[in-house]
Amino acid sequence: MDLFIAIATGTVIAATPLVFAALGELVVEKSGVLNLGIEGMMLIGAAIAVMCVFSGLPMMAAVTIAAIAGALSALLFGVLALTFMTNQYAAGLALAIFGSGVSAFIGEDFGSTPTDAVNNLHIPVLSDIPVIGPLFFQYDPLVYLSFIMFGLITWFLYRTKGGLIVRTVGESPQSAHAIGYPVIAIRYLAVLFGGAMAGIGGAYLSIAYTPLWVEDMTAGRGWISLALVVFSTWRPARVVLGAWLFGGMTILQLQGQALGVGVPSEVLSSLPYVATIVVLVIISQNRQMLALNFPASLGKPFRPAG
Amino acid sequence: MRFQIEQRSQPSAAMRFAAPVVATALTLIAGSIMFAFLGHDPVATLVAFFISPLSTMNDISEWLLKASPLILIGCGLAIGFRANVWNIGAEGQLVIGAIAATGVGLFFPFQESVLLLPLMILAGMVAGMAWAAIPAFLRARLNTNEILVTLMLTYVATFVLSYLVHGPWRDPDGFNYPQTALLPEAAMFAPFDYAYRVNTSIFITVAAVIAMWVFTERSFLGYKMSVGGAAPLAARYAGFKESSSVWMGLLIGGATAGIAGMAEASGPLGQLSPQISPGYGFAAIIVAFIGRLHAFGIVLGGLLLSLLYIGGEAVQIDLDLPSSLTRIFQGMLLFFLLAADFLIFYRLRLLRSVH
Repeated sequence: MDLFIAIATGTVIAATPLVFAALGELVVEKSGVLNLGIEGMMLIGAAIAVMCVFSGLPMMAAVTIAAIAGALSALLFGVLALTFMTNQYAAGLALAIFGSGVSAFIGEDFGSTPTDAVNNLHIPVLSDIPVIGPLFFQYDPLVYLSFIMFGLITWFLYRTKGGLIVRTVGESPQSAHAIGYPVIAIRYLAVLFGGAMAGIGGAYLSIAYTPLWVEDMTAGRGWISLALVVFSTWRPARVVLGAWLFGGMTILQLQGQALGVGVPSEVLSSLPYVATIVVLVIISQNRQMLALNFPASLGKPFRPAG
Repeated sequence: MRFQIEQRSQPSAAMRFAAPVVATALTLIAGSIMFAFLGHDPVATLVAFFISPLSTMNDISEWLLKASPLILIGCGLAIGFRANVWNIGAEGQLVIGAIAATGVGLFFPFQESVLLLPLMILAGMVAGMAWAAIPAFLRARLNTNEILVTLMLTYVATFVLSYLVHGPWRDPDGFNYPQTALLPEAAMFAPFDYAYRVNTSIFITVAAVIAMWVFTERSFLGYKMSVGGAAPLAARYAGFKESSSVWMGLLIGGATAGIAGMAEASGPLGQLSPQISPGYGFAAIIVAFIGRLHAFGIVLGGLLLSLLYIGGEAVQIDLDLPSSLTRIFQGMLLFFLLAADFLIFYRLRLLRSVH
């Protein structure tokens, strides 16, 4: 039972950075923009959060500043992709490289010193229930924040007028523009939101999950988040499911290494990456489902006529 | 005073070639502002970064040594990019190429054979192609996005490398360092002069540049691939198959990356270790863009990015600035290039208010 609880809670925790980053990217892609630079934005968020914690700021302030830093780095992408209408692949790639350099630069002074900013919640009564308590009521606040964000994003996209506008902009920017919505401004907001979410995801890694700064510590999670959005066929609930799948993979790999399974640790470590490829291949076979949910203008620049 | 964005009736050829120069200038300006913020004299730091590292013969040797893999991989990637095939996992193909070549170099029974080096080149090339064949197959046959697959395989490749140098291939006399034994003499590219590290592998890069020029400017296949990238519908109408572009683009990129990895092992390193590449596979993407996906442009782009590497090392040693500056400069260069590219297709027109 203890092992089960350890695996289940470990899965949720390992999935949390992916949940933040991939849900953010989902909103960006719903607005018709493809930002490949998540890895860079997460790294910047992670480094900034560690810097804030070491300068004595409380956890929530560090996470907020990391979100702002993520949004500002997304703004670089936004200016290129939305104002200058450059190739979005190339602009995202530039952000990924830039973010890796900037974060290494920021994090240099804080390398490998553990932080202790984030503590698990202890809710009276609830946290003390056997099994149920550890399974549901003993996470750190950021895990709950990720669930709140999931609820808010689902509600916003599918239950509000604002969400409908974002989805319209992603499906047909021409129509949205014709009705009178500011397509570029809406896309900017989506890109900034995606950056903030990636920044929080990175902050979670560096001040809650690991918790210390290591250069390039995201280790591909930004790219895996991109894969998760495809895997989810652009639906929030499936993003979370996908993130748990990968979180579970990470935890099984760690448990496997701890138990000394008879395979080299490198084989276990490469599992999440191989799984990403397998999952992408499987989902790519279902062309109908992809075509049905794919934001029709994804990755295409828009310039209002006239 | 206001500006209006206006689409050009046709893309500006002059701007196409001016954009990399503009981008480099803007990168230098942004860099000097950054240095000023860090409390360093911007001019002196720029000199230390971009000019002093090119003052001795040894500096020139290091410059060419690092430019060579960047140009080689840049050529291979550019062929794919022209066809809209996004191989961003050259780093992994480089690693696998280095692994295969080192395997041949260490375990080929005739350690003094003159065939050893050519066999290693072949092994590096084939291994790089094989690693790139996975995303090629998945994209061409199973419709799977090659960006994510090439990137995921880069992580897998580094785990394979880590396993080998920590495990079965670790040098028993290497004081437990994660590296293989040194390659035999016959497995190494000859340097031009034993005082410097630049070696004869640079001829492979020269040959690749010429081959790329011929392929893109003078061959029908190269033309077909470019059409497929620029106008997929027209290409389909003309009967050019997209899947063959995918295969060609990825395999050529994989081949050049594999050879570049092999040349690192058989050149400056002389063995296989986790430090096989300081990110050449990623920097080569920028090289290809800066070089406008054109053979001779890529040579210039490779020299520029190589200078960023040696400049970064120089200011780390001389001024105690962090080596991550190299990656920041790489990112800025690509940002500014993309922004400057805007002027190829659009012009800014000054609006005079009518009163």
